[in-house]
Amino acid sequence: MQPFTTHAGLVAPLDRVNVDTDQMVPKQFLKALTREGFGRILFYDWRYLPGEKPNPQFVLNFPRYQGASVLLARANFGCGSSREHAPWGVKDYGFRVILAPSYADIFYNNCFKNGILPAILSEEQVEELFKRTEKEEGYTLTVDLPKQTVSDKHGLCYKFEIPPARKEFLLQGLDDIGTTLQHEASIAAYEKSHAATATMFEPLDVKYASNSR
Amino acid sequence: MTAMPPKTLYEKIWDNHVVYEEPGQPALLYIDRHLIHEGTSPQAFAGLRAEGRKVRRPDLTFAVMDHSVPTTDRTLPILDQDAIKQFDALEKNCRENGVRLFDMNSRNQGIVHIIGPELGITQPGQTIVCGDSHTSTHGAFGALAFGIGTSEIEHVLATQCLVQGRSKTMRILVHGKRPKGVTAKDIILAIIGRMGISGGNGHVAEYGGEAIRGLSMDGRMTVCNMTIEAGARAGMVAPDDTTFAYMEGRPFVPRGKAFQEAVERWKLLKTDDGAKFDATLELQAGSLAPQVTWGTNPGMVTAVNGRVPEPGSFADPNDQKATESALKYMGLKPGTPIVDIPVDRVFIGSCTNARLDDLRAAAHLVAGKHVAKSVKQALIVPGSRGIKSAAEKEGLDKVFREAGFEWRDAGCSMCIGMNADVLPPHERSASTSNRNFEGRQGKDGRTHLVSPVMAAAAAIAGHFVDVREFDVAHVE
Ligand code: SF4
Repeated sequence: MQPFTTHAGLVAPLDRVNVDTDQMVPKQFLKALTREGFGRILFYDWRYLPGEKPNPQFVLNFPRYQGASVLLARANFGCGSSREHAPWGVKDYGFRVILAPSYADIFYNNCFKNGILPAILSEEQVEELFKRTEKEEGYTLTVDLPKQTVSDKHGLCYKFEIPPARKEFLLQGLDDIGTTLQHEASIAAYEKSHAATATMFEPLDVKYASNSR
Repeated sequence: MTAMPPKTLYEKIWDNHVVYEEPGQPALLYIDRHLIHEGTSPQAFAGLRAEGRKVRRPDLTFAVMDHSVPTTDRTLPILDQDAIKQFDALEKNCRENGVRLFDMNSRNQGIVHIIGPELGITQPGQTIVCGDSHTSTHGAFGALAFGIGTSEIEHVLATQCLVQGRSKTMRILVHGKRPKGVTAKDIILAIIGRMGISGGNGHVAEYGGEAIRGLSMDGRMTVCNMTIEAGARAGMVAPDDTTFAYMEGRPFVPRGKAFQEAVERWKLLKTDDGAKFDATLELQAGSLAPQVTWGTNPGMVTAVNGRVPEPGSFADPNDQKATESALKYMGLKPGTPIVDIPVDRVFIGSCTNARLDDLRAAAHLVAGKHVAKSVKQALIVPGSRGIKSAAEKEGLDKVFREAGFEWRDAGCSMCIGMNADVLPPHERSASTSNRNFEGRQGKDGRTHLVSPVMAAAAAIAGHFVDVREFDVAHVE
């Protein structure tokens, strides 16, 4: 995965609490077999009118927010379904950073796996950023992960929260499966010592398939 | 010798599954059972293939087709080409990796969170993951079970482990006895209403109290299923005699002496006296009424004898805005009594409420009555084929059919609308599922979450009714 250090970009505001992942990527797009192409359908039902015409009322369609790469959001962002299609959409749309007061747990996890930084700011700080984004067309923020800061060119500088292990993960762009596999000996030892629970009792009376299809 | 500090159930299961840990870092946690379905797994297998990796423990991995499967006659050809591709991908991935797959024609097929427990794959004390947020359901057995993303599925496939930080713990006690007509679904909806949909973020919840102990396994699963809707990653109920009685004789549960030994191990799975939780919530079951959601998340809920709220009645401006937009989406006026809301469609199904207890309760209520003329469709979708055939043995299918319900094959169905069972735009459903997000059951569809008996009663009346005034003689 591509490491994350600093990022500067245009901010787009999404002024809604409890944005759920069903909203980010609706069910009809969950039949895809790859991770690609979810940017086009991100926030589909809000973003498009019938015939996939952009809905001019939806904030991400405003001309002033085109090319945004920092998503400013409200509390409990990404609640609901565990679908990783949601962060795939966020990333593919072009966002590298999300700023919000809080996130739902599974979505938060999923962001890191995709090199997206979900930074946590206080409610007041987020409120101030909404004000500034609204007021100034072309409002950009610079996000510095090593220093854990978000700053604008007018001297605003906020420190954001991120657990240390998560920070390290993004900074190094780690392949966590590879890292885990280095602990093969520990995994094998665990399996041996927990054989009673780590084996399956095999029944005879279970049916996995029928040949009718 | 110093005494061991008292531990919560969560901490006991956690400690028993740590494979490797460094101070200040997330732990490497061993996963006992990995469940997968066609919706969130193809990209994980593709990732595995791209890196030339193998499934480490196919014997601990189980796959099922549930999200996109038709609930109508499965001998007919499937028209949805994308769904076919999903099924084929799952079939191929399982075949190549030696993973057992319950395909849509297996007599054991069903919703992943229903067949895990039903077949005894789910057992107390285990760690269980699935690429699906409602994996919390399995916690009803005193397991640590939670939903993961696709990258994590790939991680578990390759390593049988997950990198995890410890959660905070929360105890939720429901005291006293449930009144008649108040079900497990009403308990959990009331809890979510109290906590809000982010109140549990960062926590694993353990349920206790007389009302929880008094629930059947089916009811406990309903409660744990919706724990994720309060933001908590997992919900748990310590195993007891109800649990052990449920487990005995299930296909994947050891038999005879091995079973007795397992029960002795399982009995130790409870929170020690004096163990500390980071948060506690207590409520009295006796004060609860049947619940109905009025908005666009499961926390927007009220008692059936309540009214649609005024946005101005909320203190937080964010809540006011959210309520306003929810009411607009739902097509509801503030102040409307809940019982005056008409319903167009009724869906009794999903991993929340499609088990035998749910179907029995709904069937008792509709027996000898008929679905209202104004109701366009009333669906019964059993959670698994096993439940379907058990219900048919009891004649429940006949009761439902005679009352004007459609009796379908097992799957997720209108909970998510990935197959043909979709709620049309601007129509209103009474649904026993777990999510009422915008567009969840269909674009612009309006979902009201209720218990199975409340859904059944709404189907008969054509609008919401208080089941306590309906006919609750048989409602458990
Ligand atoms: S029934 Fe609904 S909530 Fe449950 S697994 Fe299926 S889609 Fe998810």
